Amino acid sequence: MRLELREVKLPLSEFVLEVDAELTSPRTTIFGPSGAGKTSLLELIAGLRAADCELIRFNGVTFADATSSLLVRQRRVGYVPQDDLLFPHVDVRRNLLYGRPKNPGDPAFSLERVTRFLRIESLLDRNVRQLSRGERQRVTIGRALLSEPRLLLLDEPLTGLDGELRDAVLDQLKVLPEEFDLPMLYVTHDRTEAAALCEEVIFFERGQIVRREKW
Amino acid sequence: MWLAPDEWQATRFTLLACALSTALILPFGLAIAWLLARRRWLGKSVVETIVTLPLVMPPVATGLILLELLGRRGSLGGFLHRRFDFDVVFTWRAVVIAAAVMSFPLLVRSARVGFQEVNRRYEQMARSLGAGEWRVFLTISLPLAARPILGGILLAFARAVGEFGATILVAGNIPGETTTLSLRIYEAVQLGHDATAYRLLVVCIIIAFIAVFMAEWLLRRRQLP
Repeated sequence: MRLELREVKLPLSEFVLEVDAELTSPRTTIFGPSGAGKTSLLELIAGLRAADCELIRFNGVTFADATSSLLVRQRRVGYVPQDDLLFPHVDVRRNLLYGRPKNPGDPAFSLERVTRFLRIESLLDRNVRQLSRGERQRVTIGRALLSEPRLLLLDEPLTGLDGELRDAVLDQLKVLPEEFDLPMLYVTHDRTEAAALCEEVIFFERGQIVRREKW
Repeated sequence: MWLAPDEWQATRFTLLACALSTALILPFGLAIAWLLARRRWLGKSVVETIVTLPLVMPPVATGLILLELLGRRGSLGGFLHRRFDFDVVFTWRAVVIAAAVMSFPLLVRSARVGFQEVNRRYEQMARSLGAGEWRVFLTISLPLAARPILGGILLAFARAVGEFGATILVAGNIPGETTTLSLRIYEAVQLGHDATAYRLLVVCIIIAFIAVFMAEWLLRRRQLP
């Protein structure tokens, strides 16, 4: 993968997020304390926030530059937010299929394969209010995958999960990039998650990249 | 049944006219409510005030404005009469329009609150999943705001049923053509037909009670995550 972030600037409440970097590892973690601007960085890559920038480009597709910005729906970026945001008025199946392209092109992202991989086949007809925290998080990941994204952004998806449940989701995330041939940008403030999941770690503090390490 | 034929006729006509007026304001009401809840635009406060005016102005004053506008000598009414030989005032259409104008603010206010309460991050999520603005509105915003909107529809309907002042000015009280429940009660009281007035009063109470009770129930249960 090649994600170019050139002269990206976004004023936040306590500091200005400023990034100028090129991310090439398909398993990259943005690691830093809470309030460092990690979520804001993911949101502006996904197009959910507007920022001043010279260029945001992924694998040759310009998401934004100084004068224009690609619509969120055209970016094809799968986004898994920290607070899952499953649509409360529809069941699991309709949540999962919400972003499914009209003409699905890649059999790797079939409903059967994704639900089997995430072990959520038995939840399809459930109301999302009946799901546990871990189930909700897996359904959110499944929903993002079924939209056939070219890049997957995960914002602290293990928050609130404990013990075995956390390990189970972590195991699935470890193999996800290879399983779906999908680059992953992962935000966390947990060092063990970063170590378990990623090849490259970007250390982020007060809106700035302070260090990069290959793990 | 215990209603006389003309009382039945007034009841049926009122229900039909009010259902029609509510249906008529629904698309406009939802559009304005959404714009007020979701967008910043020049003149928003002015439109917000104008939309609310029928709620606070004397209904007769609103009726007078409608009469000026829709009468044969009015700008719009005159145009419709000259161009299409189409009259509005003193017809059933005036009843529908008066009810629509008077009940419009109730629908808009409820729907606007409904849209404001929808967590915008659900809408952002839908966009990130590839949905366009229409799809986001139809599949996320509208269903999540459904209860307040339905509550607003019922309140608007109830308000339309109770409409009197504007209606009598623009539609008159033509038996069998523009006589609504309210106008019939007024007429019965004026003529000393107390039995008719009280029978129709009971009908009004039943309709209003059902509509307001359901609206309140829906508005109380509107909380969604």
